[in-house]
Amino acid sequence: MSTTARKAGFGATLWDYLTTVDHKKIGILYLIGGFFFFLLGGLEAMLIRIQLIAPDNEFISAQFYNEVLTMHGTTMIFLAAMPLIFALMNAVLPLQIGARDVAFPFVNALGFWLFFFGGVMLNVSWFVTGAPDAGWTAYAPLSIFSEGHGVDFYAIGLQIAGFGTLMGGINFIVTVVNMRAPGMTYMRMPLFTWTAFIASVLILFAFPALTVGLFLLTFDRLFGANFFDPSMGGNVIIWEHLFWIFGHPEVYILILPAFGVFSEVISTFAKKRLFGYSSMVFATVLIAFLGFMVWAHHMFTVGLGPIANSIFAVATMAIAVPTGIKIFNWLFTLWGGSIRLTSPMVFALGFIPTFTIGGMTGVMLASAAADFQYHDSYFVVAHFHYVIVGGTVLGIFAGIIYWWPKMFGTMLNEKLNHWFFWLFFIGFHLTFFVQHFLGLMGMPRRYWKFQGEQGLDLFNLISTIGALFMAVGTIIFIYNVIVTQTKGQKVSGDPWDGRTLEWAIPSPPPFYNFKQEPLVRGLDPLWVEKMEGDGKIKPAEPLGDIHMPNRSFVPFVMSLGLFIAGFGVMYQGGYWILAVIGFAITAGSMLYRSFKDDLGYHVHKEDLEDEEGDGSNG
Amino acid sequence: MTDNTNSTNEKQQFYRKKHKEEMKHHVLTFAMMIAFTLIAFGLVLAEVSPMFTIPIIIVLAAVQVLFQLYYFMHMNQEGHEMPALMIYSGIFAAVLTVLALTTIVWW
Repeated sequence: MSTTARKAGFGATLWDYLTTVDHKKIGILYLIGGFFFFLLGGLEAMLIRIQLIAPDNEFISAQFYNEVLTMHGTTMIFLAAMPLIFALMNAVLPLQIGARDVAFPFVNALGFWLFFFGGVMLNVSWFVTGAPDAGWTAYAPLSIFSEGHGVDFYAIGLQIAGFGTLMGGINFIVTVVNMRAPGMTYMRMPLFTWTAFIASVLILFAFPALTVGLFLLTFDRLFGANFFDPSMGGNVIIWEHLFWIFGHPEVYILILPAFGVFSEVISTFAKKRLFGYSSMVFATVLIAFLGFMVWAHHMFTVGLGPIANSIFAVATMAIAVPTGIKIFNWLFTLWGGSIRLTSPMVFALGFIPTFTIGGMTGVMLASAAADFQYHDSYFVVAHFHYVIVGGTVLGIFAGIIYWWPKMFGTMLNEKLNHWFFWLFFIGFHLTFFVQHFLGLMGMPRRYWKFQGEQGLDLFNLISTIGALFMAVGTIIFIYNVIVTQTKGQKVSGDPWDGRTLEWAIPSPPPFYNFKQEPLVRGLDPLWVEKMEGDGKIKPAEPLGDIHMPNRSFVPFVMSLGLFIAGFGVMYQGGYWILAVIGFAITAGSMLYRSFKDDLGYHVHKEDLEDEEGDGSNG
Repeated sequence: MTDNTNSTNEKQQFYRKKHKEEMKHHVLTFAMMIAFTLIAFGLVLAEVSPMFTIPIIIVLAAVQVLFQLYYFMHMNQEGHEMPALMIYSGIFAAVLTVLALTTIVWW
């Protein structure tokens, strides 16, 4: 009996996804949500580039440009990159450690719906008041004096989405600490699990700073507080500090899981054990540790003084060391491997030089004295797009393509994947490489227009053409997804000749993942069994009943309540009624959840024996 | 059979001893915590210079928190390495934040 045999109706499928607590389905939800916002953010990027295609262009108005620019950054970081990373973590992490689900399946669903409603809230602003226009960093006092409700949407929308992210992070920490299969010691965890674990720790410690900052901003704007108003004894710099105390670990939250994806991909397609596994783990932890002591390098020109600037400059440069360790480990993994140039591998090979360029400009920017020249110029824009697009986005796509068969049971068309890669990759370098020079020539970032005959015309034109390439590449990817899913041709459980535990079960996995808890006998457990055993993972327990959580609609309702309440808090006056209704819905569903015993159910041993297949490879 | 009963007896005795010890620790730390609180109140009542009182009270508070965590919330027992690591990392991140704000912004 397979779930695909009977085609469920649309309504039933929708209800299934609205109430699911299964990590694999939540992963798919994150993927859909994140990819939708990725396209939205990409559309905003295209508007920016079309506006800057020629000097003194009037394609969009200055105010609209500010809104598009702000929403591009906010959307891409919070609503595209983060959820896409959560999509991969949800889809793969429990499988990689041999768990049947995450530690708190209900909280996992709640995390997704909070992110979703936060993202929707941010984008509702387009239609009711104009989007936030103070930059994705929303520096005070600009964000305090910004008119309309745009920045209120930023503060409250991100607050709701941030709750979701925080819950997701805690969930994955507990999952990794408590739910590893027998034999899966810390130093046998696949590197993607390691990086996801460390990224979750960073989420746990970094997001509270954002939560506090956003609350201060909300109170300043909506309730007459004066945290950021110097005339009332406040201080605008507090926002900058709080934002970057969160914001810098945030960029490592984005990049570390991508590092993990590449470690898996490179090791699989070089057919070698990852070179220097323990030093990779060490480097990951070290990056996370140092990541908390470098935030002020975003603020060199604020006037912290030479001592503070020097400390943060040195700490920042220190991060190049563990990152360098990683780059060399990947190169050594490739060295002497029998390399297969599949599309995830091509993404990984494209990533290494691209990210290294971004790292080099990073060290340049870390020199506080030189930074006074680069600050707020297109050089910075080029730098962070090299590390975020060249690192995180390439990593996300490599991961999506690599684990697509595991998530959906189908295989994306390799030829189209290669087309996607080359168009995206060439387009990316066309767009952003020239921006280094635009920055050095003095073009400031965030500006609506630039003037002609200053030597900026040609490079801006090239940059826009590159952006078009990236757009075409993305469209090819969407086409590929649609074609693959309509064809629906199933592949085996292990199409890439994988090394880790997730490839030992069918694709897509049964809802309980592992019929019997797997026994892990080493790093790259499936590979160990392929080389030294019969290619099948040994069970660690006799076949028994499986305890599963019940589905629940409560997470959706709980998040919906906060969404409604957000509007009430924002518009106040007669709209307070919305806040009352919204908070009542949230509190009511929390009470309902607390008082109702929900102990889940058991899949019985007899039913498991009827299922086809032995739950192992193929 | 006799062996078995013997070992159960030994086990029981071992646990009894352990529980007794634990009880002793509980009572001892509880008494110390009350003493600390009295000292803190006493310092304020006696109007000792704040430059002396404030750091003393903070130190006493920190020790009380550790007592709570280790003796009453059982962090001194095995299997609490991960929570301890997380708590100390969190304290590290928080202290770093407060330290930076006090030295860079408010000083």
